[in-house]
Amino acid sequence: MFTVDRRVLEHMDWRLVALVLAILALGVTTIYSVTPQWSRGGTPLFLKQCSWAVVGVVAFVVFSAFDYQRLLGYAHYFYWATLALLVLVESLGRVGMGAQRWVDVGGVSLQPSELAKLSVTLMLARYFPERITAAGFRFRDLLVPGIYVLLPFGLILRQPDLGSALLVVFVFGVILLIVGLRRRSLVWAALLTGMGLPFLWEFFWNSLREYQRNRLLTFLNPGADPLGSGYHVMQSKIAIGAGGLAGQGFQQGTQSQLKFLPEGHTDFIFSVFAEQWGFLGVTVLLLLFAGLIACGMDIAMKAKDLPGMLVAAGVTCMLTFPIFINLGMTLGVAPVVGVPLPLMSYGGTALVTTMAALGILANVHVQRHLSLYR
Amino acid sequence: MNPVDREAMAWALRRRLGVALAVMLTVLLLLLLRSWYLQVLNHEHYEALARNNRARVVVQKPERGAIYDRYGRLLVTNTPSFALALVLDDVPDLDATVATVAALLDLDPKPMLARARRERRNVPYLPVTIRENLTLREVSLIEWAHVAGVAVIGEAKRHYVFGQSASHLLGYVGEITEAQLADPRFAGVLPGTNVGQYGAEARYDESLRGVPGGRNLEVDAKGFEVRELARTPPIAGEDLYLTIDLDVQQAAEAALAGRAGSVVALDPRNGRVIALVSSPALDPEEVSRGVTSERWKAISTDPGRPLINRAVQGVYPPGSIFKIPVAAALLETLGYQEGFYCSGEHPFKGRIYRDWKEEGHGHINLHDAIVQSCDVFFYTYGRRLGIDTIADYAGRFGFGRPTGIDLPGERAGLLPSSAWKKKARGEVWYPGETLSAAIGQGYVSATPVQVAAFMAAVGTKGTRFAPGIRLGDWSKQDGRFHLDAPRPLPGVPLSAATYGILNDALKGVVHEAKGTGHAAQSPMAVVAGKTGTAQVVAIAAGVDRKKMDTAPPHLRDHAWFAAYAPADAPTIAVAVLVEHGGHGGGVAGPVARQVIEAYLKNAERNVSDDALVATLNKQHQAGGEM
Repeated sequence: MFTVDRRVLEHMDWRLVALVLAILALGVTTIYSVTPQWSRGGTPLFLKQCSWAVVGVVAFVVFSAFDYQRLLGYAHYFYWATLALLVLVESLGRVGMGAQRWVDVGGVSLQPSELAKLSVTLMLARYFPERITAAGFRFRDLLVPGIYVLLPFGLILRQPDLGSALLVVFVFGVILLIVGLRRRSLVWAALLTGMGLPFLWEFFWNSLREYQRNRLLTFLNPGADPLGSGYHVMQSKIAIGAGGLAGQGFQQGTQSQLKFLPEGHTDFIFSVFAEQWGFLGVTVLLLLFAGLIACGMDIAMKAKDLPGMLVAAGVTCMLTFPIFINLGMTLGVAPVVGVPLPLMSYGGTALVTTMAALGILANVHVQRHLSLYR
Repeated sequence: MNPVDREAMAWALRRRLGVALAVMLTVLLLLLLRSWYLQVLNHEHYEALARNNRARVVVQKPERGAIYDRYGRLLVTNTPSFALALVLDDVPDLDATVATVAALLDLDPKPMLARARRERRNVPYLPVTIRENLTLREVSLIEWAHVAGVAVIGEAKRHYVFGQSASHLLGYVGEITEAQLADPRFAGVLPGTNVGQYGAEARYDESLRGVPGGRNLEVDAKGFEVRELARTPPIAGEDLYLTIDLDVQQAAEAALAGRAGSVVALDPRNGRVIALVSSPALDPEEVSRGVTSERWKAISTDPGRPLINRAVQGVYPPGSIFKIPVAAALLETLGYQEGFYCSGEHPFKGRIYRDWKEEGHGHINLHDAIVQSCDVFFYTYGRRLGIDTIADYAGRFGFGRPTGIDLPGERAGLLPSSAWKKKARGEVWYPGETLSAAIGQGYVSATPVQVAAFMAAVGTKGTRFAPGIRLGDWSKQDGRFHLDAPRPLPGVPLSAATYGILNDALKGVVHEAKGTGHAAQSPMAVVAGKTGTAQVVAIAAGVDRKKMDTAPPHLRDHAWFAAYAPADAPTIAVAVLVEHGGHGGGVAGPVARQVIEAYLKNAERNVSDDALVATLNKQHQAGGEM
């Protein structure tokens, strides 16, 4: 049986725990406010989310106690296993919302793309530290990690899950900037990206479903088609704007309560929150997120070694990117790409994966203290 | 890499991490600013949009006022009916929705789809009717299916209690047209509303139509009602009380017996219209319901021309009735004429003008000339008077000018004069034309309502009123019925002797042995009247006037009979015109008699205005609606 080292609890980063629990609580209450209760039959979604949160807390505790260096040692097994799951979902995955994203493993529906974010981050954190030099990476050094990234990227894009695919690339890009590229390599990378962009775009555009293309197109002009693809963004902006300074109050707000705002408990949970709690509530929420990001980066900066630094930085990026995309989408400044808001949106796999990633982050913090006593 | 380098490397990485953190926090700050922009700077705009999303005004149409006759008998009312309607703003996919509903009701979707497409309007959330007259079973099927954007609306449909009776007077309703929507007189009327398009329905539409109300609803994203926020009840239209007496109206219609023509009966004391018939009638209920364009074409091109209200729009030569104003002019200028000899013909400028009685009337005076309707007498004296003197007197009695009856589309008829001919035709007046005019042929023409109003003026010895179809209304102050004041017109102040002579002559027409209007005799009262024959084709055209009764119907003359009764204190004046009825006395006279008798039967109810009002008030108290 797995036991948690007492020192793990002693050196736990309680700032992180407090921030995570606060955001989780806000998420559950917001889900509670816009989804049917017992009277409509079935387990209410907020209770399901609570149980997922419990699973997530367990994952957090497990990973926070699990030495990240040992974890990095398993990173490639984890990576290839994830890749195998992605191929599996490609061939026999369950279709939901017009995309193949789920696969049933032992009675539990899994979204391998969620796992892929974590496994790619771990893979990169394992790959770079051994090869790092003060001079920075040359362009040809990026071939191998590039393939590590492109394989899951292509598979995720084919599902299609645009948000997760872009996230993987984003994490790769940020890690590259942190580990450092040679100036010439940066130029090469920019040039090649520039030349390859039309081909990439072709591949990218063709891999999109009709609704995704519409979303990207209507992002440019949401008013053009109020009942079509731009509808979500219009209604989201209306909900947020109607919230005003102080908000409409808990379980109030006609946009979300009367279902003008679709997906109020998943992708557009922020809009619901903003309608209920107004600009003051939004400020509090964004401060919580800012604290979480700062906490993650702080852990990265204080990590005891380079792998720890990269793991912490990668995990923080992994969390930050969907926050930006989701908030940008609900506020009408980014395309609707169907990215849930981490720790708030309803969804089991995403929540557990996020909590596990945060557990790894916590472990980076813990290990620094443990190493001092060694 | 040695430990020193490693440490330097780590610091380089930490610096980059710091930069990354700064960038991320900046992005968060920008997102917060965006939130500020939406929530604080543009809060009102988005709150208004949110309100627009959920708030909806559902229009409630007012009930159109009913129409009653002078004794409070219900003529026009509304009956409930259910219609299938679409709120197009809530319909996600028009074709699919219509297909669903059509399958539900087992109907052909095509016509419904066509109507929904055609009736796209710019008033938001106004239901568009796509099928009327749903059965209760269909209503419950639709309510049960609960399809987004599909609604059953209760509509009040116009019901004309006596069918085609008084159809031209009552008129009909129809959906407001594009032109009417732009007309300020229809301000506040919603598209799709039925408004009066003809007759009294059109003339008194403003008071009949009422004011629409509305319900302010909160709806969910599918357009279903969540709750009612406010309600403005519609204001029902006011009831319209007409001057007509249904008994007289129906007697007149029965007397015409399907022949094309018109009957107008007025109360000479105040101009109230007692009956107003134009035949053939239309079916106001059919037209109000809305007819297909083919059916409309069939109605409007019907050779019987049912869309013409002959009473106010039909212009006919007045024939011998016009001899009365000529006689009045004669009496006032040249005086009473005696010792005239009628040989049956009147040569003038190389042409022979014939009398209707070939052998002539022999020695007669003015009285006999009217009683026997001698043409030669009026050829002779008409020429002596000249057209402009005739036009002067006839004009004072209202010929050539609309009577001002409160019905749409009234025509003026024509009263020729030398000035008129110069102006209209650019020619001088020929004396020969005066001969035709003196017996009411040629250029002279008049509508039945003009003739009735003229007879009323003769009966009242020169007092004239504009005919009116509205009796009055219920006062909002005291809740009692108030009669509309008569609308007096300039009188015709001729000498008492002149009126006495005319009255005697007109009584003679009906009651003397040689009179032409025996058919109008009634045991109920002394009737004063005059026959008339409006020539359809000129005498010279070769039709043998003696064989008029056997001539093809469309060549036969129109028959006139104009009368008032009781002759010495008239309470009714009547004009009857029967198209292609041949000679006036035989065909039109009995119609006039039946109208007069039907009216006089109700005499005790017509004793006075007070009696009329008392009847209505009593009825109102007894239970209002009848």
